Amino acid sequence: MVVKIKKGLDIRLKGKPEPTLSTPQSSELFALKPPDFPGLTPKLAVKVDDPVKVGTPLFFDKYRPDVKFTAPVSGTVVAVNRGERRRILEVVVRSDGKNEKLTFKKADPSKLSREDIIQTLLESGLWPTIVQRPFNIIANPETTPRGIFISGFNSAPLAPDYDFILKDSKEAIQTGIQALSRLTEGRIRVGVRAGKVSESVFSSISGVEINEFSGPHPAGNVGIQIHHTEPINKGDVVWVIKPQDVVLIGKLFSTGQLDLTRIIALTGSEVKQPQYYKITLGESVKNMVAGNLKMDNVRLISGNVLTGQKISKEGFVGYYDDQVTIIPEGDYHEFFGWIMPRLNKFSSSRSYFSWMMPKKEFAADTNLNGGKRAFVVTGQYEKVFPMDIYPVQLIKAIMIGDIDLMENLGIYEVAEEDMALCEFVCTSKTEIQSILRQGFDDMIKELG
Amino acid sequence: MKILRSLFDNIKPNFEKGGKLEKLHSTYDAIETLFFVPKEVTKPRGAHIRDSMDMKRTMIMVWIALMPALLFGMWNIGHWHYMAFGQEASFWLKFGFGFLRVLPLLIVSYVVGLGIEIFFAQVRGHEVNEGYFVTGLLVPMIIPVDTPLWMLAIAVAFAVILGKEVFGGTGMNILNPALTVRAFLFFAYPGWMSGDFVWIQGLMKNGDQVVDGFSGATPLAEAAAGNLANIPSSMNMFLGIIPGSVAETSTLAILLGAVILIWTGVGSWKIIVSMVAGGLFMGLILNLFAVNPFMEVPAWQHMIMGGFAFGAVFMATDPVTASQTEKGKWIYGFLCGVFAILIRVLNPAYPEGVMLAILLMNVFAPLIDHYIVEANIKRRLKRIKV
Repeated sequence: MVVKIKKGLDIRLKGKPEPTLSTPQSSELFALKPPDFPGLTPKLAVKVDDPVKVGTPLFFDKYRPDVKFTAPVSGTVVAVNRGERRRILEVVVRSDGKNEKLTFKKADPSKLSREDIIQTLLESGLWPTIVQRPFNIIANPETTPRGIFISGFNSAPLAPDYDFILKDSKEAIQTGIQALSRLTEGRIRVGVRAGKVSESVFSSISGVEINEFSGPHPAGNVGIQIHHTEPINKGDVVWVIKPQDVVLIGKLFSTGQLDLTRIIALTGSEVKQPQYYKITLGESVKNMVAGNLKMDNVRLISGNVLTGQKISKEGFVGYYDDQVTIIPEGDYHEFFGWIMPRLNKFSSSRSYFSWMMPKKEFAADTNLNGGKRAFVVTGQYEKVFPMDIYPVQLIKAIMIGDIDLMENLGIYEVAEEDMALCEFVCTSKTEIQSILRQGFDDMIKELG
Repeated sequence: MKILRSLFDNIKPNFEKGGKLEKLHSTYDAIETLFFVPKEVTKPRGAHIRDSMDMKRTMIMVWIALMPALLFGMWNIGHWHYMAFGQEASFWLKFGFGFLRVLPLLIVSYVVGLGIEIFFAQVRGHEVNEGYFVTGLLVPMIIPVDTPLWMLAIAVAFAVILGKEVFGGTGMNILNPALTVRAFLFFAYPGWMSGDFVWIQGLMKNGDQVVDGFSGATPLAEAAAGNLANIPSSMNMFLGIIPGSVAETSTLAILLGAVILIWTGVGSWKIIVSMVAGGLFMGLILNLFAVNPFMEVPAWQHMIMGGFAFGAVFMATDPVTASQTEKGKWIYGFLCGVFAILIRVLNPAYPEGVMLAILLMNVFAPLIDHYIVEANIKRRLKRIKV
């Protein structure tokens, strides 16, 4: 099946990663960040100064204590950083360099029961890699999903090339897919870039159905792929997982131990050498960015420019992120900016000229480029949102807190990343993603 | 530029919370953001980069698109004034005359309208919205040049307060604000807004015609009276060398504006195209069943008469008051065109129907959207059964 995605937008930015892989000098500090998991109420399982091994739970879900979040390295808990109202922001572990690991069940997943697989994933701390739709939250281990979806490519701005990242991981992926296939009675569908099936590692994996997608971002978003293959209706639950996390699951079952190395792309216009790095889950970016920045006043983003999380120069890569992007901060006043030709700025609007330079790459900064306004311009979101859903009407339904309307207008199908482009193009500078999360929270509360 | 920046930075504390001039914060903010794009950056989570498009850019595009029509209108006012009084005048004299006549209308429109907007923004604690930037220019363009300034001031105040601010300001209003101004004037002071003598500057003083024997009737008025022979040539109507409101006579100048709006994507081409289609459709139907001379006016000629072109390009396309769904825009535009010609030709009281047609469709736009969205909901629910 080939699906042509027509709506969307490729934001052409400077700083694409070169296809080279290095391993930075290993960091001392590693952290798991509860805010990476929306809707989670974390409860600590360790105190500062406690020794941990790879796989020791750091915290768990207060309302579902089986869902554990485990240490990526062995060493000592050195800090629990808290924010407003004592909300836990980071649990930081200092590595002792020994990488002592706890042992979990080592077995061929095709011979294990569904319960055993879930139990192993929960114990090891890999369960949170499985995310459910609707609402884009950690999957509930007590449900059985209608199917599992994996996007085999990433179309976000400056996104890493999954074919490059996964090229040596075929066996681990196959084992991971075997484990996942025990979790659903439905299919495992993998979305692959149309015309590039043979380059994808998934083409030689058994137990998955390949669907091809062409078109601009967000064609690589798993939510868009679900919508165009088996859309989510009321009452449906599907699970999604990222390809690199399938690798982690595969390694867990084949070795019985956690190997939490991931390949991430360091990208963005302010990086001297944008390329790939092999790091451990939750690793600090400190050694990667030291001496690698073109200037000082930059924003480091764990994730891509559309959906990521701002981190400090010594911050930690987020749980789900396979990319770190570094762009200039935009905290400057621009003289008569709104009337200038702005040849160096990217815009989806034809009142600028970036559309006439289809090859040019831009160094976008974090300036809001205008003030916040009420909804005025119409038809904008629809151009970059490839779902049969009315985006503005859905957002307005959330703003007025109308549960029935949200349900009818398709809140079960969307995730923040699917509407991130709407936030980018919005003339009124509306914060679509945080409104959407508010809607998810309202729905979860309502559904109990 | 740096001097200006430091000037702003120096006086800014006065306007912030606790400052001496806190009550003028919105005014200060409007002026500062006019000169400098704010240095505000994106939130730590979400989209870290934003499109360079903002409300100011959107509105300046409409403003630029209006310029050809406005400049032509200024010349046209001078042209007809000197013509009516039988005087020769150069191009620049005509233009200068018109400019001096339109300028007070512009000033009154902006001072009154922006004054009210800034007041409401301050009370609400919002930034001043750029909506009136365009409305303030539209208003003088669609009224007769001799409209007394006090009348204009009252109409603008009415439209901005009751037409827009009571609903919550720009983005929340149901009726097109500029057309609300015109409708208010039309119904409150009909003697100043219709007839054969109001369209040419100086033709009427204290309600009396001052130049005998010169007809200042618009082509539409002639057509409505059945005097098809008196209608100017189609070329003159297309170019706009006809009596009429300040700046809505030239179809050519309006088309230039349309090109800018469609090119930049600021105006919806769907609405413009479907409104023209609707107008032609209704015109053809009237031609088929014609029982009087007005109904015999060729459908295409309606496009270059009266305010049809201006309404289609600059009024119907107001995104706030138009249909907001893409399918709805087709229906909305088409019905705007149909009703504009229907009201224009078939009602005995008003010589023009574009204003009322668009205001009517403004009211129905949410209903159109409602059914479009309902259809989407039903379609999505059907997936479950399949």
